[in-house]
Amino acid sequence: MEYSTIIKPKTKLLEVDFKEIWQYRDLYSMFVKRDIITSYKQTILGPLWFFIQPAITTVMYMVVFGGIAKIPTDGLPQPIFYLAGITLWQYFSACLNSTSNTFIANQGIFGKVYFPRIIVPLSTITSNLIRMFIQLSLFVIVYIYYVILGVHIVPNLYLLLFPILIIILAGLSLGFGIIISSMTTKYRDLNLLFGFIVQLWMYATPIIYPLSTMPPNRQWIMALNPVTSIIETFKYGTMGVGTFSWGMLGYSFLFMILLLSIGIVIFNKVQRSFMDTV
Amino acid sequence: MLPAIKFENISKEYRLGLITSQTLNHDLQRWWKMNIQGKDDPYLKIGEMNDRTTKGTCDYIWALKDINFEVQQGDVLGIIGQNGAGKSTLLKILSKVTAPTTGTIKANGRIASLLEVGTGFHPEMTGRENIFMNGAILGMNKSEIRSKFEEIVDFSGVERYIDTPVKRYSSGMMVRLGFAVAAHLDPEILVVDEVLAVGDAEFQKKAIGKMGEISKGEGRTVLFVSHSMRAISDLCNRAVLLSNGSVLLDDTTKIVVEKYLETTQIILSKASWFGDNAPGNDCIKLRRGYIINAEGEDIDTAFINERIGICYEYEVIKDISYFNHSINVYNLMDQHLFTSHDDHKFNRNQTIKRGFYKTVAWIPENLLQDGDTFFSFGCVRYDPFELMFHEKNLLRIYMLDTIKVGTKNRSLFSGLPGLVRPHLIWNERTKLK
Repeated sequence: MEYSTIIKPKTKLLEVDFKEIWQYRDLYSMFVKRDIITSYKQTILGPLWFFIQPAITTVMYMVVFGGIAKIPTDGLPQPIFYLAGITLWQYFSACLNSTSNTFIANQGIFGKVYFPRIIVPLSTITSNLIRMFIQLSLFVIVYIYYVILGVHIVPNLYLLLFPILIIILAGLSLGFGIIISSMTTKYRDLNLLFGFIVQLWMYATPIIYPLSTMPPNRQWIMALNPVTSIIETFKYGTMGVGTFSWGMLGYSFLFMILLLSIGIVIFNKVQRSFMDTV
Repeated sequence: MLPAIKFENISKEYRLGLITSQTLNHDLQRWWKMNIQGKDDPYLKIGEMNDRTTKGTCDYIWALKDINFEVQQGDVLGIIGQNGAGKSTLLKILSKVTAPTTGTIKANGRIASLLEVGTGFHPEMTGRENIFMNGAILGMNKSEIRSKFEEIVDFSGVERYIDTPVKRYSSGMMVRLGFAVAAHLDPEILVVDEVLAVGDAEFQKKAIGKMGEISKGEGRTVLFVSHSMRAISDLCNRAVLLSNGSVLLDDTTKIVVEKYLETTQIILSKASWFGDNAPGNDCIKLRRGYIINAEGEDIDTAFINERIGICYEYEVIKDISYFNHSINVYNLMDQHLFTSHDDHKFNRNQTIKRGFYKTVAWIPENLLQDGDTFFSFGCVRYDPFELMFHEKNLLRIYMLDTIKVGTKNRSLFSGLPGLVRPHLIWNERTKLK
């Protein structure tokens, strides 16, 4: 007879116990459900809030960046141009914000009961994904509206890359988020800095401006940001404008794999003893 | 057969240098307090452990050191020890909340830990949703919870509110619901921290009853941490005594509990105090306390139909004006049962000279309930009322209900409910015309 549970001081670096995560799949779906149903409880507008946020942001960008600063939008109508970037970026930043808080926000539960900790960030990126799909319908409505108006926007086959874009985006936010959350169990400074970093990051991503406004010999600098190619590919696939290259997308993918691996290593290390330092 | 759990050289070290606090500011403060002012680490979570380090020079603190023992399948093991002995750390390691520094724990079967009831309850979700949520956190899957749902709701007794968000619940209802979920876990190994110390007396009884059922009925292994020697004695067949992070004793419950009561300054039926630190105030110092029966013999246990005398001897250090005595009585759960003030008439101008005095308060038969009972002592003046001092937890007696002795009726095994156990005078039944 063998022992079924063995508790040891250390685990292997890149060990992910998929079997265990699978055992807790009900908890995972429960967390996702909880995130969704509790986010707009006791509000009058309820799920309408899913649309209000991107809508207001779009209007704001139209006034500030489109109207006052007169930043070009690749020849597209401003609403659809901004909305495309905002929908994806908000998914990314929402994931980052919540996963980067995993340990601190859940120390109450983590200190009392064990389950694979990675369930929490996994469920957050999932519930945010559901939210993003709801918001994407706003993009689709605006899209159809412009098609009816006769504006020249044509989707192409690169639209099929959409699931891959989402996987890269989710992986990036998960990887980066769990690194931050692991590091902030000791020092919270990073948390304060973090909001600032996310904001700066947005400006370094072609959301309020197209990548094509940069001189071609400088575009590679922008492409160092792994999110750039995702936003550009999305715009290219849905509306036929923007910059697409397999190289840039491949870079983003590799970046995501690397970041996620580092994230898992750090997360594994921290999760076993963070209760002592948090 | 393999033991259910085997602890092999389990140690848990807290390294001061790595216990970083939230900000550098805290670290600097700690450094200032410990190295410059020579005080204790203000941010160390396990302060009680500090005594085992050489102050300021040692970087290591062992919350647990070389823990080795085995728990057989079906054992109900009590873990006892003073605050900071390492009980909770041990449970945390076993629950995988934190990792051991060295050593291995090998276990057979699913471990469910109950370090808190209602972990993960979300205030905005209904009782029903939270049962599923909490069950999932504790390791149950949906179908398991669904099949036990009725039972859980029934046990919790909050059926009426099951579709109301739990933020509308009273704290007691939350605890009931939380415990109800936990009680229906089906693990081979159950780890329970002092969760029973919450909730009202009725619920505690229910919870302890359920624990007993779990452990006796299905041959499951239970590890139970408690400060209540009563609960430990009632539930456990074996106990481990931890002291400063090591196992001091591993034996039958009776032997371990006795040893614990002996070695710790736990409240006894007899006590003496010396010097200036004795309970009292500047003028009055308690010197001795003990409990006697009607024959004047010292006792530590009494039947509830015996009268007992609570005796206090005190020293008046300097002459003071007249005062009187009072006593308060508490049960094991620290519930205040009643108070009594010495009502001997006195003359306010009278002084009490230096010297030793004694007072006895007689508690009549048929009043105290079964179980541990604790006594305080205070000195008071009346008109206007002035409390000169009041010291709790000075003496203890174990009251025994006569109904429990030699009874064959198992439902009376845990005694009758209620805070007191008076013997009322009943008229004989008369037939009405």
